[in-house]
Amino acid sequence: MPEKTTNVFICGVGGQGILLASEILSEVALSKGLDVKKSEVHGMAQRGGAVVSHVRFGEKVYSPVIADGEADILASFEKLEALRWLHALAPDGKLVVNAQEITPSGMETYPEGIDGELDSRAPDRHSIDALSMAMEAGHPRAVNTVMLGAFSNFLPFTHDEWSAAIEKRVPPKTVEINLKAFELGRAAVAG
Amino acid sequence: MRVLLSGNEAVARGCYEYGVQVATAYPGTPSTEILENVVQYKDDVYCQWSPNEKVAFEVAMGASFGGVRTLVAMKHVGLNVAADPLMTSTSVGGDGGFVIVSADDPGMHSSQNEQDNRYYARFAKIPLVEPSDSQEAKDYVGEAMRISEEFGTPVLVRLTTRISHAKSPVVLGEREEVPRKEYVKDTSRRVVIPAHARKLHVKVEERLERLREFAEESPLNRVEEGDPSVGVISSGISYQYARDAFPEATFLKLGMSFPFPISLARKFCQRFEKVYVVEENEPFIEEHLRIAGITNVVGKEHVPLCGELNQGLVRDCLCDVDAAETRSERAPAAPRPPVLCPGCPHRSTFFCLNRAGIGATSDIGCYTLGVMPPLAGLDTCICMGASVGNALGCEKAIGREFAKKMGAVIGDSTFVHSGMTGLADIAYNRGATTVIIVDNSTTAMTGHQHHPGTGMTLMGEPTVKLDYVKLARSMGVEDARRVDAFDMAAVKEAIREATENDAPSLLVMEGACALQSRKDWGEPFQVDPETCTACGLCLKLGCPAIGRDADGKAEISKLFCVGDACGMCAQICPVGAISAGE
Repeated sequence: MPEKTTNVFICGVGGQGILLASEILSEVALSKGLDVKKSEVHGMAQRGGAVVSHVRFGEKVYSPVIADGEADILASFEKLEALRWLHALAPDGKLVVNAQEITPSGMETYPEGIDGELDSRAPDRHSIDALSMAMEAGHPRAVNTVMLGAFSNFLPFTHDEWSAAIEKRVPPKTVEINLKAFELGRAAVAG
Repeated sequence: MRVLLSGNEAVARGCYEYGVQVATAYPGTPSTEILENVVQYKDDVYCQWSPNEKVAFEVAMGASFGGVRTLVAMKHVGLNVAADPLMTSTSVGGDGGFVIVSADDPGMHSSQNEQDNRYYARFAKIPLVEPSDSQEAKDYVGEAMRISEEFGTPVLVRLTTRISHAKSPVVLGEREEVPRKEYVKDTSRRVVIPAHARKLHVKVEERLERLREFAEESPLNRVEEGDPSVGVISSGISYQYARDAFPEATFLKLGMSFPFPISLARKFCQRFEKVYVVEENEPFIEEHLRIAGITNVVGKEHVPLCGELNQGLVRDCLCDVDAAETRSERAPAAPRPPVLCPGCPHRSTFFCLNRAGIGATSDIGCYTLGVMPPLAGLDTCICMGASVGNALGCEKAIGREFAKKMGAVIGDSTFVHSGMTGLADIAYNRGATTVIIVDNSTTAMTGHQHHPGTGMTLMGEPTVKLDYVKLARSMGVEDARRVDAFDMAAVKEAIREATENDAPSLLVMEGACALQSRKDWGEPFQVDPETCTACGLCLKLGCPAIGRDADGKAEISKLFCVGDACGMCAQICPVGAISAGE
């Protein structure tokens, strides 16, 4: 296990299951005996607003938040949100983004030019269609476990460790769907 | 056992482990989850939501008089509401351990200001402890209880958002049973008539000096040796940021930062050419140092006073100012502000006020989101309950006619918290202002807590339910009535009548919170594109479920629409193009 603290910044839109995804990641890290800190803000974020969760793990973790430009992984559950939080990513960090578009409340149509901005600012990104994979797995709400699967390729935990944490944290009736969603996401991105 | 807990969950666990028997609060972000988690220990810890922080504080103080360990929790601005009992409780103190938890909100994630409540400890002359992670959040509840009992004083535990809402590992322990102390009548201590209070003040000053000596020696304040050339003083979450920013430095970590351990700090500062003081918001530590004549400190001239810190910011502002500029570069992304949910009952009130050209003083809660266009329904929002007094003040300043153009909009929980007295004021002082309670029968913004208007307690017991209409009439507001918030015509008409009459009115707009009525959601509504004229009126509801298609006609999202649990758009469509789905 690396001595350096690993920083995973997860973002998206309220209702996409971001907090559960970061719970599962934290659970895996804790089960390995690592120090873990995870931070997010409750309240206003639920009402269709932007949601972020910071997860940091390693031998000893101090701050519960990731400083700008220091995320090893930026996992964005939505395209516009990837652009919003791009400054969190380290120069050599991995951007994993769900190509899904969710129009911000208050706008009548999805903002234009996101792809162009992402192309120029983050050419080296792993873009997946997590929503389709979630539906293939059995439920559109499994987007979060698809995304976990996708960025799990860049983290030092075994397949079994991920499965155990998913089984422990998702609602019992949805374990099968979530495990399948995880597999689909994991296969969609080359580690 | 080692588990991941948020700071708030850890404080709740601390209540359990350190023998707390009574815990009280009024919900407020970021403090809410403390009591929400204490309730899991309800066999051992009695817990309750109070109507506001002042009452919560007084109940907790009473429980302390009654001889048990007690804890009261609130958000930072809640302590303003409880400031009256706070300032005098400090001279009364000294029965069952009494701990006050204030959760401050640097960066104002969900607050109207970022006041630094460490100053309340100094103002009220009580000890202050500042945990810096979840383990300390739990442990410091125990420490605070011991200090409270040993010195006969309430103790302030100050959390911040990144303590309250960040999770980190906590080792769990067993519950320590702390027997109730026998109640003994003691008027010299608990009846603060001036003759007693004068003596108590002297005692408070003596106690403060003993507490300072305690802080000098307490293991809560410790030196962590490192690089002998770099010294840092910090506390709370700022300590973690500073630790990341200066991993090799020598630290003075303050767990108990008031009374300030000035001798310890002076000795520490003498070892270094320069000492960095890292603290979020106000220069609380720095002021103590400077007042004592310690000048080799670097603090607020570099460390930002506004907003949250993080390790990157600390590093940049103290070491590498140039890097700060590159870091702050942001990609241009359209904002995604929070809005009223699809199916929210508050939407009809703001829509109808807006269409009628009536403004609103407003208040703290979900309905504050009514400020966003297109509803754009708010003129003011200041603090809990302010809407009611603000509206009356406008009426008194501008004239009685103005009451027809400006109402007060307040949530049910906020009305009970501190809107009731304002309504009494309107009646008593012969105002004509209309007060609208947007009543979703819950404290929605903070995550659906009960209050005296919901008929249920925190511990899950059915109870009496406050009747707003009867209350208003008893105050002298004769025109008081309930309105179905999902009936657009009724809402419109009620607002017209209430604002036009020359008397105070109370409208109670009743409708369940969409996040709680999920089981009643129907099939999503749909738009008939043949009938729709693209007039855009439905879009003025500001419902996240309604957008435009490629032809500019209205389009309803199947994912977001709650169907006939709402139906406001279908009611206002002038051509009847919107109907219930199959």
